[in-house]
This record gives sequence, structure tokens and C-alpha cells, in this order.
Amino acid sequence: MLTLLLILLPIAAGVITLLAGERMAKQLALVGGLASLGVAVFTWLQFDPAAGSQFGFKYAWLASGGISFAAGIDGISMLLVLLTTFLTPLIILSAFKNEYKNPAAFYSLILFMEAALIGVFTATDAFLFYLFFEAALIPVYFLAAIWGGENRIKVTFKFFIYTIFGSLFMFVALVYLYYQTPGTHTSEIAAFYQLQLSPAAQGYVFWAFFIAFAIKMPLFPFHTWQPDTYTESPTAATMLLSGIMLKMGVYGLIRLLLPIVPLGMEQWGFLAMILSVIGIIYGSIIAIQQSDMKTLIAYSSFAHVGLMAAGVFSSSLNGLQGALIQMLAHGINVIGLFFIVDIIYSRTKTRYLDQLGGITQSTPHLSVYFMVLLLGSVALPLTNGFVGEFLLLSSVFQYKGWLGAVAGLTIILGSVYMLRLFQKSMFGPKSKWVEGFQDLTASERAVLLPLIVMVFWIGIYPSTFLKITEPAVSQLLQLVNN
Amino acid sequence: MYPIILLSVFGVVTLFLGFSKSKNILLPSTLLFLAIALGSNFVDWGKGPFLYFYDMLRVDNLTLAFNGIVLISAFMIVAISGGFQDNADAEPAEYYGLMLFSLVGAIMMIGFDHLIMLFIGVEILSVAMYVLTGSNKRNLRSNEAALKYFLMGAFATGFMLFGMTLLYGATGSFQLVAIQGFTSNMSAASQSYIFYAGLLLLLIGMLFKVSAAPFHFWTPDVYEGAPTIFTTFMSTIVKTAGFAALFRLLNHTFAIYNFWWIVIAAIAVLTLLVGNIGATSQNSFKRMLAYSGISHAGYLLIALTALSKPTQNAIIFYSLAYSLSTIAAFGVLMLVSKEKTIEGQPNERYEAFNGLAKQNPLLAFVLAVSMLSLAGIPLTAGFWGKFFIFTSAAERGIMWITVIAVLMSTVGIYYYFRVIISSYFREGDTVKIRVAPFYQIILVLATFLTILFGLAPGIFEKLI
Repeated sequence: MLTLLLILLPIAAGVITLLAGERMAKQLALVGGLASLGVAVFTWLQFDPAAGSQFGFKYAWLASGGISFAAGIDGISMLLVLLTTFLTPLIILSAFKNEYKNPAAFYSLILFMEAALIGVFTATDAFLFYLFFEAALIPVYFLAAIWGGENRIKVTFKFFIYTIFGSLFMFVALVYLYYQTPGTHTSEIAAFYQLQLSPAAQGYVFWAFFIAFAIKMPLFPFHTWQPDTYTESPTAATMLLSGIMLKMGVYGLIRLLLPIVPLGMEQWGFLAMILSVIGIIYGSIIAIQQSDMKTLIAYSSFAHVGLMAAGVFSSSLNGLQGALIQMLAHGINVIGLFFIVDIIYSRTKTRYLDQLGGITQSTPHLSVYFMVLLLGSVALPLTNGFVGEFLLLSSVFQYKGWLGAVAGLTIILGSVYMLRLFQKSMFGPKSKWVEGFQDLTASERAVLLPLIVMVFWIGIYPSTFLKITEPAVSQLLQLVNN
Repeated sequence: MYPIILLSVFGVVTLFLGFSKSKNILLPSTLLFLAIALGSNFVDWGKGPFLYFYDMLRVDNLTLAFNGIVLISAFMIVAISGGFQDNADAEPAEYYGLMLFSLVGAIMMIGFDHLIMLFIGVEILSVAMYVLTGSNKRNLRSNEAALKYFLMGAFATGFMLFGMTLLYGATGSFQLVAIQGFTSNMSAASQSYIFYAGLLLLLIGMLFKVSAAPFHFWTPDVYEGAPTIFTTFMSTIVKTAGFAALFRLLNHTFAIYNFWWIVIAAIAVLTLLVGNIGATSQNSFKRMLAYSGISHAGYLLIALTALSKPTQNAIIFYSLAYSLSTIAAFGVLMLVSKEKTIEGQPNERYEAFNGLAKQNPLLAFVLAVSMLSLAGIPLTAGFWGKFFIFTSAAERGIMWITVIAVLMSTVGIYYYFRVIISSYFREGDTVKIRVAPFYQIILVLATFLTILFGLAPGIFEKLI
């Protein structure tokens, strides 16, 4: 029942926020986000990693069709639910400093988004998974298209059509799988795991899933919607997209693609792996060229997710564990970085590296926070990025040595673009844009501090989180290898 | 059975009510008539099947469900017609009378068990629609639409009659049961080409009525030219009745599935392509809805192509979801286009919706939900409609057709979202749009049902 509570609580909070009107919107939304976090942490305390799916519920939805409204939490879901509920209040809090028109709608959309994301991460019925997968798109589309930048309409439209296009293929695949289940058919994901499909059918299903998730993450060459959308969206929506929504794609690979079509993986996994690795290098190289800070981080996110996907496609314990811990780390780092860009933008009204410089001179706090997040992102040991990248690279290396070597370039290229970002914006002579730059306010620090704590927590003692997912991941791999 | 008799009587009564001085009585009385007809429809629920009129009409739960959709749609459409009080030229008594008569035709089409009954039903429905299309006498477009519809419709009827004649020649009977018996006894050696030709010609006539490609050319012009209220009537009721009839006909010739499935499949694919691709290049919202109506005919044809166990529910659910959203969309269009005019004519272009979210948040929401439902986005009834359609294709094992349908759904999102973008993200003028309370109730009801069926399709399943 806790799962149901986790899904319904943000919806209820969103509705209350919407009805309460403009004045109380922010505060109510924050309370709602924190309450969800509280429930998630409470769930975590009760959670037994070895016990499989827990706290579930199941209601008949289309009774005659064997389709049910069912969700539950296993190790993989737990980690992502924690990530979602941890980041959402921070995203809400980070938006406090900006004055948005019609704030009630703005904050309630964030909460609706949270509900849909938790739904995706916990659904145990394939059609429920699909429903939330699509439903998550609607709030973020409206967030980006109403409160976004100048080109928002065009850019978000492309984003919407692109991602729906992908998920519809997944839908066809799910309908197909549903009809392969024996008896009166069922759409439980666990039942899909038991299917014995022919290699050819697995190939088709593999591609249907791959396109859906590759567009969502995005992987090369399906990424063209991403940089523009990240850049044009309001920062809160960018954070939702990059911090959490991108994880829906990786989660889908782990939950559906890997265990349902292992033979499809055998046939096409190598190609998918190559695409992922191309994405890593390609994203990094483009990130080096960028002068808009937001676009730069968007491309860095594109590069990172390529590595996560490569880890998943290696279908090894290290790869999956690395992808999971990296999802957590990436979510934290990228949200912190986007927030810092937003802070700089709101004070200087520019995001261009050429126009910035010399911010460190007046901002001891900002510099330190920025540096820590940045080091986490380039995977320095003792920060959160290191654990994930180490595991991921070792899994890719085991898969194919030379691929591991190519993917390993991400460490070098990553430091190049990240340090360039820091150097150009923070060091050097003070530009006219940064005159009178104020250091962080208390509420800004309240957003960044929890992120920094997590950067070190995951970096120094990752096993808190690794042990949540380990039994679930090994179980999954057993399924794949049989 | 009861609705046929009641509606015929009420139609005549309505014509006579037109003689009274006060025209205010027409709207409430028509609504009352429809409510009575709707209630009487469900008297036979669960009791059938019954055969009436010398076995020409069959009443079973399937018939009653389709009748229900048609009557509920008619109730909502009449309710938002508002009594035609703002139009001095209008003849509300005749319009309402014709609408009631045309419903008799629709119900005959839905329940036919004899080809003559089908023919009478189609003609009653069509002739009423020809007249209503041209009811805006002083408008050139309306006249053009009526003439076009009539001429093309007459051709289609000719094909249909010819087809029926051939079927009679081959089987010796107009009864569906006899036709079914004939097809199931037809062995490979005794293939009857007269029968095949007759079936194809009959199908052509009926596919014309549901505006499937390549028999769709009349649709955009007629939909655009006809007064919007009658366009709504045409796009919901005629389509639902047409598909009910097609379903019945194909169901009874299932024995020769191998013969006709490829024909229907080809027409389904062509209809999807024409409808969706045609809709993308429209500037007029009303014309876009006409093409969207064609594309939805394509989705329904997929269910017919498969003709498997879920098909029946798929067609009923899809028709209901489509009718609700279409009524809501046209309802909002009527309100908005009336307030914003170009050279005295209602503005039906996308730009008319600019800034609607500020001018009237409720209307913008109703419109957005109906567009999401037509596009098949989850949490709306339209999603489950598509779901049932795809499952019926999957049950038959025709996955390739769903891939085409999915690609076309993506195209659909492009044009459905244009109006959402206009109403939410673009700035418009500050005209306040007034909505009569009753009108508002109907729109909210349609939206509510769309979301309810989207969240809990099981409710519907229990009803059937």
C-alpha cells in the first residue's frame, strides 16, 4: 500500500496546490514534495532488499483482459523512487527565487510529474508502465512550453512528437507480448519474462523497445530534440527532464528490454553498444565547443547517459549496478549544475561563457559548491561520479577491451569541458556582466547543501545504495542468462 | 424497436410544434423526446435477441449499445444547438424534425438483418443529412456542400443497390442469415463471382458513408460547408451507424474472411494515410477535423480488418470515445468562431483559438482534453479506443498494420497539438467568450466522460 501512497500523495498535493491559488502555491508544493520524500524514506527503512517486490497493490483494471493496476517496489524501483522524491523538493525549492506567472499551475505540474515518474518506476503491469511513461510527458511538456524561452513552442513540440513517436513503438511491442502470454493473457511484466519468443520476434521487440528508450534518454542518433529542449525549458523543467525523466529510459532498458528479449540482445546488443559509445564521444566533443552553459551541460548529460546505456548493454552485474548508481549520481550532479547556471543567469542575464568571467572574486560559497558538483560530474575519486563511472567502464572493458578504451576517453573529455566551463565562467578578469554579483542566498544554499552531502555520501560510502539494488539486479541477470 | 416508433412519432410532432408562435418550446421538447427514446432503448437490454418487421430488424445488446451511443450523441448535439435562436433565417422545427427522422435511419442501419432494411436506413439518414447540410440557405458554401454531398451520395447509393441486387442474385435472399449460410457453404470449387462483386459494391457504398479513402473526396468540403452543428451530427452519428452496419455485414460474411480482409486492410491503410497526411496541411480547424474524421475511420477499419474477439468492444468503445471528443471539439469551435469573425463569417482557422486559455480556461481545457483523446494520449478514452483496436489486430496476428497505425498516430499528434499550442501558448486578443450554462454542462460532461473512461475503462466493460 505504501506504493499507492507514494503515487497518490504527489497527485493530491498537486491538486491542493492548484486549488489553493497563487499566494500559497510555492509553500504547499514544497510541503507536498517533502511529504513524499518522508514517505519514501519511511519505505526505505522498511525495505528488505532480498525480498523482491514489496509494498505492492493490485486492482483489476480491465478484468477480462487480465490487465491490472498493479505496482510494487523492488531494489531497482526503490533507488529510483528515492532519487525522484529527493530531487523533486529541491527542484521546487530551486524555483522559489524566480517569479513565474501563474505559480499554482507551475508547481502543481511539477508534482503531477513526480507522481507519473514514481508510477513508471514502480509499475509491475506493462500497460500501467506505458500509461505512466506517456503521462509523464504531458506535465513537462506544458511546463516547458508555457514557461520556457523564446523558441519554446517549436522546440517543445519537436520534443513531444519525437518522444511519443518512440513510445508508440513500445506500445505495439507490449500489445504483441501481451498476446504471446498463455491462457487468457496477462500484462504483468513478470509474465513477459517467462515468454519463449523466437529469435526473429525478439529482434523486432528489441528494436521497438530500443527506439522508445533511446529517444527518451536520449542515445545517439536520437538525441536531436534534447539540447534545444533543455536550453529552452525553464530550469525546473530542465531539471526534471535531465535529473529524472532521462532515467525512465535507462530504467526501461533494465526492466523491459534486457530480461524480455535476451536473444534480441545477443543479436543486436553490439550495435546498441556501439551507438552508446559513439554518443559518449560525440556528446563530449560537442560539449567542448559550446558557449551557452545550459547547452553545454545538456550535451554533457547526453554523454553521461551514453555510458549508462553502454553499461546496461554489457548485461553484467557491474554494468547494471554502475548504471543504477550513476543514475543517482548523475541526477544529483546535473540538477546542481543546472541550478548554478540558473543562479548565474538570473544575476547576469547571460549564459554565454564569453561574456562571463571573474565570478569567484566575490563568491566564495558559489565557487565551492560549483567546484564540488563539477568534480562529481568528472568522476573524481571520493565523489559520486567516480563509483558509477568506474563500474560502468570496467563493465564495458570486460565486454570488449577496445570499446572500453574508447569509452574511457569520457574521463578525459569530461574534464576538458567541465573545467573549461568553470574556468571561463568563474576565473579570469571580471566581465561587465558580472558587476555586483551577489553570493548565494540562504534558500539557494538550502538547495545545494543536500546535493553536496549526497555527492560525498555516494562517493565515500556507495554501498548504502549499492546494496539496495544488488539482489534485484542479480536476480534479473539470472533471468537474462537462462 | 421502441426508439424507431417513438422517434418517428416525435419527429412528426416536432414539425407540428413548429406552427406554434413560441419557438422556445422546440429545444426542450426535442431533448425530452430524445431522453424518452434513449430510455426506451434500454428496456430490451439483456433480453434479446428479438427480430422485428418480418425478421428484417434484429434487436440484441450490440444493437442497443450502438443505439445508445447514437442517441446520447444526438442528445448532446441537440443540447448545444441552442435552439438556433441567434439565426433569424433558421427553421428550428424542421431541423429538429429532420434530426429525429435521421436517427430512425441510423437505428435501422445499426439493427438491420435484411439488406432492404439497410438500404432504407441509409437513405433515411442520408436524405435528412443532404437537407441539413444545405440548411444555411444564403451561404454559398453550404449550398455547394449540399449539392456535392447529394450527387456523390446518390452515386454511392447506386453502387450499393447494384451490390444488393447481385447478392440477391447469388444467394436468392436479402436476409443476412441466408447470406451467412451461403458463404459458409461456398467451397473453393463453387466460388461465386457474382457474390464477390455484389459484396464489394455494397462495401463501396457503405465505405462512402463512413468517408473511407478513396471514397472520401466529399468529406472536407461538405464538413466545412455545412453549418457546424450538422457537421458534428454527420461526423459522429453517421459514422457510428455506418461502422455498426459494416461490422454486422462483415461479421456475417466471416466465412469468406480470406477474400475481403485484404480489401478492407488496403482501404484502412489508405484511409489512415489520406486522413492524417491531409490533416497536417489544413489551416482551418474545421477542415482539419474533417480529415481527422477520415483518419479515425481508418483506425476503425483496422478493427474490422482483424474482426477478432475484441473487435466488437473496440468498435463500440472507439465510437463512443470519438463521438464524445468530436462533440466537445466542435462545441468549442462553434463558440469561439462565433465571437471571432473575419468579414462577417465565423473564423474557423487555428488562429481563432489564440489565447483561449486566458479568455476562457474552461473551454481551453475541454478542447485540450478532446484533442488529447483524439490523439490517443493515455488517461483519455481515446487511448483505450486505440488500445482495443490494436489488440484486435494483434489477436488476428496482423502486427504490420498496427505499425502503420502507430506511425500515423504520431502524425496525428502534430495537427491535434496545433490547436492546444494556439490556445495555451500563443497570445490572443482579450475577447471574453460567453458560454450558456446548459452548453457548459454538456461540454463538461463530455470531458468528464472522456477522462473517466480514460482512467477506468473497466467501467465500460462492465456495462457491455
